[in-house]
Amino acid sequence: MNRRESIKNILLGSLAGGALLRSCTTVTPDQMADVIWQYQYGRTPQEKALDEKLLNTKYFSDAERELIRVVANLILPPNESGSIEQAAVVPFIEFMAKDIKEFAVPIREGLTWLDVQAKQKYGQIFVACNPESQKQILDTIAFELPQKKEQPQEIKFFKLIRNLVVTGYFTSEVGIKELGYVGNTPNVWDGVPQDVLDEMGLAYDPEWLAKCVDQEKRNETARWDKKGNLLT
Amino acid sequence: MQIIEPQKNYDVIIVGSGAGGGMATKALADAGLKVAVVEAGPFFDPADPKTQTQFKWPYESPRRGANTQRAFGEFDMAYGGWDVEGEPYNLVNGSSFHWFRSRMLGGRTNHWGRISLRFGPRDFKSKDRDGLGENWPIGYEDLKPYYDKVDQLIGVFGSKENMETEPDGFFLPPPKPRLHELMYINAARKSKVAVIPSRLSILTKRINQDRGVCFYCNQCSRSCSIYADFSSGSCLIFPAQKNGGQIDLFVNAMVKNVNVDKNGRATGVSFINKTDNKEYKLKAKVIILAASACSSARILLNSKSTAHPNGLGNSSNLVGRYLHDSTGSDRAAFIPALMDRKRYNEDGVGGMHVYSPWWLDNKNLDFPRGYHLEVWGGMGMPSYGTGFNLDDLNKHLGLELGGYGNRLREDVKRFHGAVVGISGRGEAIARKDNYCEIDPSTVDQWGIPVLRFHYKWSDFEINQAKHMHDTFEEVLTNMGGKLLGDRPGKEKKYGLHNPGLIIHEVGTTRMGDDPKTSVVNRFEQMHDVDNVFIVDAGPFLSQADKNPTWTILALAWRTSDYIINEFKKQNF
Repeated sequence: MNRRESIKNILLGSLAGGALLRSCTTVTPDQMADVIWQYQYGRTPQEKALDEKLLNTKYFSDAERELIRVVANLILPPNESGSIEQAAVVPFIEFMAKDIKEFAVPIREGLTWLDVQAKQKYGQIFVACNPESQKQILDTIAFELPQKKEQPQEIKFFKLIRNLVVTGYFTSEVGIKELGYVGNTPNVWDGVPQDVLDEMGLAYDPEWLAKCVDQEKRNETARWDKKGNLLT
Repeated sequence: MQIIEPQKNYDVIIVGSGAGGGMATKALADAGLKVAVVEAGPFFDPADPKTQTQFKWPYESPRRGANTQRAFGEFDMAYGGWDVEGEPYNLVNGSSFHWFRSRMLGGRTNHWGRISLRFGPRDFKSKDRDGLGENWPIGYEDLKPYYDKVDQLIGVFGSKENMETEPDGFFLPPPKPRLHELMYINAARKSKVAVIPSRLSILTKRINQDRGVCFYCNQCSRSCSIYADFSSGSCLIFPAQKNGGQIDLFVNAMVKNVNVDKNGRATGVSFINKTDNKEYKLKAKVIILAASACSSARILLNSKSTAHPNGLGNSSNLVGRYLHDSTGSDRAAFIPALMDRKRYNEDGVGGMHVYSPWWLDNKNLDFPRGYHLEVWGGMGMPSYGTGFNLDDLNKHLGLELGGYGNRLREDVKRFHGAVVGISGRGEAIARKDNYCEIDPSTVDQWGIPVLRFHYKWSDFEINQAKHMHDTFEEVLTNMGGKLLGDRPGKEKKYGLHNPGLIIHEVGTTRMGDDPKTSVVNRFEQMHDVDNVFIVDAGPFLSQADKNPTWTILALAWRTSDYIINEFKKQNF
């Protein structure tokens, strides 16, 4: 197992119980062309076919998508770096609800639960409430009940939607910039910056460092003596 | 069914194009032999922009890198996984086994961890130490010249350490440790755990004009478009073609069986062409199986004939037996000292820059064989899963769990790069009772009978995993870490992963001098059929606390030299 997978196994709990995808409708051919061309990232023909099928199936109603958008904006409010809309979080959540079938029903039921609460408390659907009322509803499900082993469905729903919103935002172009991730580009690694070492009270062991690559000579073709000592 | 038989007669057919098949292709084609390479998946070149995933951003995909299509996330370069559509396998009597297959030119070498460790002298003779398993008929001295050649041909970074258990090679210089790796070095030393620069087949320095030098993007698992890491296609098969080798590549070709003449000698192979679903027959003087330990066993067991009623070369009834994978377990910790980090690019190579080879003597322990430690962490590229379950970290800071809004977004940023983990990867004992065989009741989508697995871990592996967790906890705590999750208890086999999950399955066609107790001889030649060789990890008797690839390569090259010599002597 590679590192990324191991981290996932350790950090991720199972998110939601089993349930099947239901009530799918299809988008128009124009919309289809749009969503296909948006994604070009080294797929096999089979993978591409599945992507296209999912992209061109509509799961959430427009009202549900709007509700997801409003909730996502409460979870991560827009700031100077970016917004839920710029990060395309709603299309991402819609896609995941089709890609991981176990997500579909809990998300839909959670959205319904929000509207039921809003109508009971404020006499209107969730998106029509003012932000303070919306937050009061979220506050009832945004924190796990420490004394309970099995959390109620609506709390599990919030955890799921929160995870998807956070991942959706911080894997977007604006989110990655806000996070400050500066890799994924050709570069030459030559050790931890000195100021970081100083701040951490760490230093490279000279004996260790002597074994490491001299990046000035990285393009000189390697040659060895018969005992395997590097000559270049 | 229509069977198509091209008239061309090859010197050698090689089934599979991963490490073993690639190495044999390179060595045999360079020697002027006419070679057919038969690969079950499509053609793949890491440099092809159409299939490239290197340097893609998560937002270029609608699922942001989630692993619903590919087991290690959708940018990983393995077409396949533990479950391959249309290619099932079954488990028997409460066994657990997970069989990873990568259907593409280069096989699993396109995505692997590039951890390139030689076996040491004692790894070939472990039975002498503890009476368990079986010694190899060959020793380190037989393979050393080939390890040396592989190092120089393919390139591996590392350092000379003069440790008997971790023989030195022809190394490129290793990269400097990352921040969490510096902390790991100190923490490991505090617990008297050995720690040295890691040994990965990634070019930190130029080795020739055909391959690039590592540009530290951390994405070897996506297969390097400038060929700076070892993949079988880019480093062995393409150079062999470029060198003028007479190589016919058959891709999308699923080998069913090896064909034999009336005397039981191999004449070629039959495969299903996945693009037209027709059966083809190829002819050659020598057949080399390099389809992976379990796939090669399956092909042999599916090659029944009057001369070989139990399957080809299976008079010992040992084909499929002694299957074993590396052991594995992992633990992660949250390191408060790594919160609020200054941002800089620390992607580094696609793997750890430091690691711990096995450092103890098993005489004093309740398990017979060792394990090594791999350390991971850093400010990596966000992907699907980023920011999930932040409460697991928050609870160590005594903060309220849950919530939303600006505090949540600040938490994501504060915790970036603050989780470090250690994986233990160890040696299991090869046992006759752990095996694969043909399932008489199931066929794959082409009608070829599939495998079923019998596999259970013993107390040796379980006790080893327990020890791994003691080590993880001690070293991570030395780093100031707060351990994440719960320590897995006995009921969970101390977190020991199911067999097959480490993807080092070996041993199904074991090597030996006695045809009654082994399948191939010391040149990986079948005892029963002198023109069939196996150059994947099937012939391994044990796999040490090392990863198998470098030994697959060294053995495959040595076997290829033997085959070339036999051709010169006109024995084929």
